[in-house]
Amino acid sequence: MADAMAPAAPVTTSQTGPSELQHHFDTPEQQREASSLGMWVFLVTEILFFGGLFTAYVVYRHQYPAAFAEASRHLDVTLGTFNTAVLIVSSLTMALAVYFATVGRRKAVMLFLVATMFLGAVFLGVKAIEYSHKFHDHLVPGPAFQFPGPHARPAEIFYSLYFTMTGLHAAHMVVGLGILTVLVLQARKGRYGPHYSTPVEMSGLYWHFVDVVWIFLFPLLYLIGRHV
Amino acid sequence: MSGHVVPRKVYYAVFAALLVLTAVTTAVAFVDLGPWNTVVALGIAFLKATLVALFFMHVKYSTRLTQIIVAGGIFWLAILIVLTLSDFVSRGWLPVLQ
Repeated sequence: MADAMAPAAPVTTSQTGPSELQHHFDTPEQQREASSLGMWVFLVTEILFFGGLFTAYVVYRHQYPAAFAEASRHLDVTLGTFNTAVLIVSSLTMALAVYFATVGRRKAVMLFLVATMFLGAVFLGVKAIEYSHKFHDHLVPGPAFQFPGPHARPAEIFYSLYFTMTGLHAAHMVVGLGILTVLVLQARKGRYGPHYSTPVEMSGLYWHFVDVVWIFLFPLLYLIGRHV
Repeated sequence: MSGHVVPRKVYYAVFAALLVLTAVTTAVAFVDLGPWNTVVALGIAFLKATLVALFFMHVKYSTRLTQIIVAGGIFWLAILIVLTLSDFVSRGWLPVLQ
């Protein structure tokens, strides 16, 4: 491998600064593809991480369809739809941050990263409001859980899944905000440009993945049983 | 190097499609379609996720190896859900032997 790529080495160094191209890669392109592949392998483990919870949801919804529909109606569909839109806008701003990183517009990268962080914070704020409503309405699983009608136990299972799935999703959002903070600081120093934008691209993959999880959580948690 | 730079108008088109699909899925949820409510909701969710993956996450422009990894992840998720359901759905189909 190394000897075959040896003639390309001088070209590489001129395209990418020595600080960016690690010594165990032959070309920047190879390094970038390795990063992308590694990030996707991580995201596949994340798919299966959330997949376990989605499987639990499917099993219990299959077992208690009426109770799940009734419990779902106690969620705030307006706030849920609003948050879905907020995350979609944040995915657009993240995609634009990646775009401006690859074309080397430093100010625009910072602007869109900060915009993405702001939208992420709005999402978490709305989530906090929703959680506090659930505490107030005794819909948090545990000794204080109260649910009118015959479906109290399976409704508690629904709310256990609701808090676990949205809680794990929110934890990913918090991690994403931390990653974006680092990116903004690095972008400020002018680290990203046409020669090197891999960290922005990989963080973008993570952010979009978290959006995809919510794309499934929203209909499965908020929208079942609205038509009854 | 940054690989394939996707034109911004692609992002705007995907963004518009995602917002429209969100509005559609929310509106349809209030119409009684019987068992089709779940089918439509999941169909739209898969469509939205596919748009995000292909364009925002650049899977369409990635190497074949990355595309196989992505497809493999989804395939394994399908195994997880389908095999688990094959147990839960088929319980009670056969009489219990004493």
